[in-house]
Amino acid sequence: MLNRSLLLKLLSAAIVFTAWEIAGRIPVSYAFPTFLESMGALARMTFDGSIFLAYAETLKPLLLGVAISAFVGIGLGLWIGLSARFEWLFGPIFIVMQAAPLAALIPILVMVYGIGLTSKVFVVCIMAMPVIVLNTASAVRNTPTSMKEMATSFLASDREVLTKIIIPAASPVIFSGLRLGVSAGFIGAILSELKITPTGVGDIISYSRSIADYPSMYAAIFSIILLAVVFLNLLEVVENYLFEGNNRGYVSD
Amino acid sequence: MSQINPASLKEATPAVDSAVSVRNVSKNYGDVQALKDLSLEFPRGELTSLLGPSGCGKTTLLKIIAGLLPQTSGQIEVNGKTVNGPGPDRAFVFQDFALLPWASVLRNVAFGLELRGVAKSEREAIAEKYIREVGLAGFEKKFPHQLSGGMRQRVGLARALSVNAQVLLLDEPFSAVDEQTRRKFQEDLLQLVANEKKTFIFVTHSIEEAVYVSDQIAILLPRPSRVSEIIRPSSFRGKGVENIRRDPEYLDIVDEIWASLRSYVE
Repeated sequence: MLNRSLLLKLLSAAIVFTAWEIAGRIPVSYAFPTFLESMGALARMTFDGSIFLAYAETLKPLLLGVAISAFVGIGLGLWIGLSARFEWLFGPIFIVMQAAPLAALIPILVMVYGIGLTSKVFVVCIMAMPVIVLNTASAVRNTPTSMKEMATSFLASDREVLTKIIIPAASPVIFSGLRLGVSAGFIGAILSELKITPTGVGDIISYSRSIADYPSMYAAIFSIILLAVVFLNLLEVVENYLFEGNNRGYVSD
Repeated sequence: MSQINPASLKEATPAVDSAVSVRNVSKNYGDVQALKDLSLEFPRGELTSLLGPSGCGKTTLLKIIAGLLPQTSGQIEVNGKTVNGPGPDRAFVFQDFALLPWASVLRNVAFGLELRGVAKSEREAIAEKYIREVGLAGFEKKFPHQLSGGMRQRVGLARALSVNAQVLLLDEPFSAVDEQTRRKFQEDLLQLVANEKKTFIFVTHSIEEAVYVSDQIAILLPRPSRVSEIIRPSSFRGKGVENIRRDPEYLDIVDEIWASLRSYVE
């Protein structure tokens, strides 16, 4: 069963790569390299170490931003979900943040926070946090009433209701918010490197585009997608480890 | 002989030992009066049903007794002590089971004890005993979604039994299970009442079910809710579970209750 799903995943990847290779060979555009050319560039950057140096730069705002978004986002989300007053206060901010055209806001951030790490972390947070907050809040609000009543009737304290009922019950939706938030954070990290100052992976992308080294550009884009996929899979492993029963369906049917 | 008392407040004063006393309880939701000056005694060791048309406040009353809802006025006493919230003397069985989907049967049954701070090995030993008692031995490691509706409610029942409360509050516990399972449950419930020496308060909207399982039936009429009658079936309880549904008194009481409720059902 597990092998079969792995096989299907590999097959899916093979289909995409084949399509990429074919599209590159036609070619659909002179600025679109083939899959193999891009992989060649990726291998070259891996062996000369430049990709690692780039990631050392890019991971700083990315990991910092994602970590802040996850902790603050889940915390705020729990609070918003538990208190209607807090929801009226903070809910609209995150809805606006989620809908805001980020690229247009970047100049303002740069004016306030400069071109350093702070602005980039902000961009990652603005991308990642709203979906984490909103998902957490709605998950908390939708905890089945009878489960909370059950815990209360068996003498749970408010804290126990939160830790033993609300958080585990909300965890599938919290984790789906985290997955969406983390992928948005990856977009934010690259966006900040393209729009604020070219460093790390964003630098590889913009520099190789300017010298028409398209294979390197696509190799950098490919590597960031690969990293995001690995990261999301790790998150799933963590979720399955923490909340074992949740991936086994619900009793509410 | 059926003995049917028109239940006025005065006649409900305890001649027998009451485990739970409800005295002049009212409950308002804003302007809506859900319960009005309701008084009722629940004799110890017996099963009392709260029966009435939907919207008559029977679940509200049960949740007030459980301490899950505050009453607007009036008083609830359990074993002579006034109720101000949930307590260790009462355990609740939920209509929708309210099991934790991420926890095994064993952890679900032991959950009440877990919240009381009982050590893991001890609470699991107690839980295993009650899992056997409700007929789920061998399912300890299963998760709720792997069980049928009837088995899930057995888990809910085992959880309520394992905290060893003197009063069990059952909120339409069999309404979400199929007819055959429900009949088996009703028979098992009679066994349980006979064996466990606990007081059962049982909310149902099924007239047959109420008459079948109850020592005492309180008929609640709606808007605002009040006790209109208390019925104590007397003759068929000792004749064995398979004879109850054929007993003339059983049939008479069912008819009589329907006659008094029919005008309240839309």
